[in-house]
Amino acid sequence: MNIGHFMTPDVSRVAGTRRETRDTWTLRLEPPRNAAAWSYRPGQFNMLYAFGIGEVPISISGQVAGDGTLLHTVRAVGRVSAALTRLRKGESVGVRGPFGTPWPMDLAVGRDVIVAAGGLGLAPVRPVVRTLLEQRGKFGRVVLLFGARSPAEIVFRREVERWGRRRDAEVLVTVDHASPDWAGHVGVVTTLVKKAAFDPGNTVAMLCGPEVMMRFMVAALRSSAVPDDAMFLSMERNMKCAIGQCGHCQFGADFVCRDGPVLRYDRVRDRLSVREL
Amino acid sequence: MEGLDEVIREHPFFRDLDPRFVSLVVGCARNVRFDAGQYLFREGGPADQFYLLRHGHVALEMVSPTGGALTFQTLGEGDIVGLSWFVSPYRWAYDARAIELTRAVSLDAVCLRSKLDEDHDLGYEVMQRFVPVLIERLQGTRLQMLDVYGHSRAGAPGS
Repeated sequence: MNIGHFMTPDVSRVAGTRRETRDTWTLRLEPPRNAAAWSYRPGQFNMLYAFGIGEVPISISGQVAGDGTLLHTVRAVGRVSAALTRLRKGESVGVRGPFGTPWPMDLAVGRDVIVAAGGLGLAPVRPVVRTLLEQRGKFGRVVLLFGARSPAEIVFRREVERWGRRRDAEVLVTVDHASPDWAGHVGVVTTLVKKAAFDPGNTVAMLCGPEVMMRFMVAALRSSAVPDDAMFLSMERNMKCAIGQCGHCQFGADFVCRDGPVLRYDRVRDRLSVREL
Repeated sequence: MEGLDEVIREHPFFRDLDPRFVSLVVGCARNVRFDAGQYLFREGGPADQFYLLRHGHVALEMVSPTGGALTFQTLGEGDIVGLSWFVSPYRWAYDARAIELTRAVSLDAVCLRSKLDEDHDLGYEVMQRFVPVLIERLQGTRLQMLDVYGHSRAGAPGS
């Protein structure tokens, strides 16, 4: 591996921004001269550099078909991410990547697919859902189970509503805390598993969200007889170098940036309950 | 049209129940329907029924500190509505309101409790089905309290 190439950000221009929720924005980035970061697989992430402030890992949340611009959805939770959400059209950002393991799209062919996401965890699986729906005939039943804190914090809301109108997919959305105008499900996302139709012996499940949510989702899927080796989790750790060199994101025997973020459940099963990891 | 015994046998809560027990439960059951907006029960009222939902959705609500109704859970087909019928003092702890036309089997809790007291095998069977529902809802409440989405990262994988 030519480490230097992967350690040097390319400069990308912001082609547009879109506010998703109160504190979350999607950045649409133009391809830089070195377009390596623009050839990605669903589940991978880029390191985005807010010049003079710092760098954070951000999942690729989609690509615009016409112009090839790449989408990254960022929540303002710290100095760097807040700076990224303040970027506006025409401004520049540093990009390194793409990094990490993708979702197992090939394995999902011919099987039922459950995509279970919570909160901003919908961003890393949005390319999966788009692929499943664009190539609908290749897959069995397609189920999206999505939980959000409240209706106001549902990211990609219009797109989720469009998915929900499709007859060839089952889209179940729930919120933990309802507002008076919310007419949908209320309750934790794990309660949706029982409401969904799928063949557990011929299913691939892709989970993305806060780790505690994924642990409980795994338990719910196991109760429905989905095997451990058919569940994949997108893990989150403190990623810095993104190439498995610095050790910040070590998770037992794995570096999440290099060996993950997408890991099969049976590989991480015993580590998920270890608090210090 | 399905008979009540068939409806009860096929509902997830009583699925695979011994036929002897089904006939005991049927003796306490009747079909009910609620229009949208109609309450199945109100907080503080006597918990003398519980419901096996067959169709529709029900919102469980509590009065919020600001005075409005706060929905903390919705239930649908295959769920049961009402837990307080099982535990003294048999008073509802929240409101249950039909969101849309809802059809259910209503079980007379006084009738059923007396049968559970008389037949401990049936009591144990119902307990084994009831406790997992309690645990599931307790776990769900814990997750809601944790506010798991309120502390997610900036947009990294697994946020």
